[in-house]
Amino acid sequence: MNDDITLRRFDQFAEHNDSAQEAETHIEAREFSLFYGNFEAVRKVSLQVPKRMVTAMIGPSGCGKSTLLRSINRMNDLIPSTHASGQMIFDGHNIYGRNIDVVTLRSRVGMVFQKPNVFPKSIFDNVAYGPRLQGVKNRQQLGEIVETSLRQAAIWDEVKDRLNTNALGMSGGQQQRLCIARALAIKPEILLMDEPTSALDPKATAKIEDLIGELREAYTIIIVTHNMQQAARVSDLTAFMYEGVLVEFGNTKQLFTNPDNPQTENYITGRFG
Amino acid sequence: MRLGTRKLLDKAFSGLGLMAIALMAMALVLILTPIIWRGSKAYLFKGTIEHRRVMLEQFGRGDAKAFNRETRQAAEARAPVYRMLEEFEAEMKAMDRTVRRNYKDAYGEVEEALHVLLGPRPGKRTPVLLRQQYGQTRWDRTMVKLHEVLYATEWDYSTPGAMGVQIEKPRVDQFRGTRLEPLFDYLPAHIDEMMRPRTTFYWRFITDTSKDSHIFGGIWPEVLGTIYLTLGAMLFAVPMGVIAAVYLCEYAKEGRIISFLRICISTLAGVPSIVFGLFGLAFFLNTIHVSDSKSVLAGSLTLSLLVLPTIIRSSEEAILAVPRSYKEAAFGLGAGRWRTVLTVILPAALPGILTGIVISMGRAAGETAPIIFTAAVSVGMPLKLWETMNQPTPALPWNIYNLCTEHEAVDEIRHVQYGMVLTLVALVLLLNLAAITMRARIAKKLRG
Repeated sequence: MNDDITLRRFDQFAEHNDSAQEAETHIEAREFSLFYGNFEAVRKVSLQVPKRMVTAMIGPSGCGKSTLLRSINRMNDLIPSTHASGQMIFDGHNIYGRNIDVVTLRSRVGMVFQKPNVFPKSIFDNVAYGPRLQGVKNRQQLGEIVETSLRQAAIWDEVKDRLNTNALGMSGGQQQRLCIARALAIKPEILLMDEPTSALDPKATAKIEDLIGELREAYTIIIVTHNMQQAARVSDLTAFMYEGVLVEFGNTKQLFTNPDNPQTENYITGRFG
Repeated sequence: MRLGTRKLLDKAFSGLGLMAIALMAMALVLILTPIIWRGSKAYLFKGTIEHRRVMLEQFGRGDAKAFNRETRQAAEARAPVYRMLEEFEAEMKAMDRTVRRNYKDAYGEVEEALHVLLGPRPGKRTPVLLRQQYGQTRWDRTMVKLHEVLYATEWDYSTPGAMGVQIEKPRVDQFRGTRLEPLFDYLPAHIDEMMRPRTTFYWRFITDTSKDSHIFGGIWPEVLGTIYLTLGAMLFAVPMGVIAAVYLCEYAKEGRIISFLRICISTLAGVPSIVFGLFGLAFFLNTIHVSDSKSVLAGSLTLSLLVLPTIIRSSEEAILAVPRSYKEAAFGLGAGRWRTVLTVILPAALPGILTGIVISMGRAAGETAPIIFTAAVSVGMPLKLWETMNQPTPALPWNIYNLCTEHEAVDEIRHVQYGMVLTLVALVLLLNLAAITMRARIAKKLRG
């Protein structure tokens, strides 16, 4: 069997997905550890992220939640001297396996970063960047993808008249939604969000949160946040991490109202962290 | 520290800064004023009728009819001069041989000086050398040459052990009582009518080829050669430099070899340019034979090596200054390394890279040493593009040096030397301005 994750497979997967059950596992970590040099930032984490739900990851700074998130599309590869052990299963394959094409993986697992990082290009070119990478050249087709993505990210009405202006001219909240649109334009299955609202004001944050609520219909979303109210508001499931270890993972409502682990309780009640 | 002290220090620092800037501005003015003032005289000067004669006969330029009318008027004014010469020659023939000998040498000098001033005497054989076929083309040189007709210079060595003293003796004293005596009054009185000076704007100085090694004409071969060499150097150095910088920043794993490479690049930036010139000769011409003789190609290659370190360093810095988040975003969208570099990092780093290119371009245009052995000749015609592959070219920096030190008539062509300097400075400034505008426009586009 070929271990490559290919775009053709992605389409088969998507069809299969339509008839699948709600709680099917989309991505699974098995005893997954990630090291920065000798430092073990993520320690033997095992968790199953269900399809088409919002999973929040909380925990104090430096607990490894961002690292775990970035492990899902192998963004940590950019940092020299990292290595992983254990398995991260996506679509039946360990994405840390030998024959994995990282570029294809990343086109299936989109990511939104902490700070809005739009390219210094026009709004259109920003959203069209991913599709162009995938070989879409037709201007009309690109236009459709851009419009759909911008509508999905709830920013179409604000920018439709100035698609050719530089994206850096937009407000921070708009830029972040543009980043989401840009991530959606590559038609990912999973959307990773690394503290997407930490650089935004409350109003822009509310817009992004509404957006996450809408996107959960079509995407599996994993969001890292420092804001526990936000986790409670937007997520179906919550994972609490502490010092690289997954302490508790479960239904958001239950985790926030009746946590099993005393450490979790201490954290969400604000006694530490 | 007390508040007063702090304030005083602060003021002292800003004062020092202001002083440094004022000094720099003053130095700039001090350098640029003579360059512009003297250089402009190659373009804007008082040209005599001889200048117009050169233009008409050598470059086929000017109104022949008006020129002929003017020539007639000038000839009328010159006629008495030549009449006096003839009368004196007749007088000399009638003299006793011993008396004649006294006058012969002195008269020969006068005749020669007059030739230099006014051009060949009518009715005499046309000289072979082009420079001897015309009189003085510029009014300032005319006055100098007139002086030489009127005064003989002698050296006085009468005090033994001391330096010789130059003394000027009026030639008229040698010809007292002869038919030549009135000549020395006639010449200064009628020099205007004989030479007919007129303010001339010779903008073609930059587009004319030179005649008789820069005695007449302009500097186009040098200008074109400089442009070829500079653009050629950029053609090789920019792609190589940028690709090297991308490799060093994005691909290379930090390690001993890379550190060593970086040290090498820094060292290369400090190597004297003459060493590059010798290397170019030894490697490009003698070892791999890019051309049979010196050529623009070999010169461009040598210059490109010279500017390569600058381009690599500035490109590296520009690339490192691109926010990491751009790179992350591109990778997150599934771009490979090469695509990320091409579509995100290089466009964002372009203003910085351009700055390096601007600096190197000015350097390449002005460098003399690397092209001495690889590309430059003193005199040459403007090259066609394909001839750059195997033919040497004159170039501004080398020819400025050459005209100032090795030309046989250094004093006669000061204006050409200054004109070349002004043109070179203007050329570099122009190249820089173009690049700076481009850079500003790109930066503005990036900023949104």
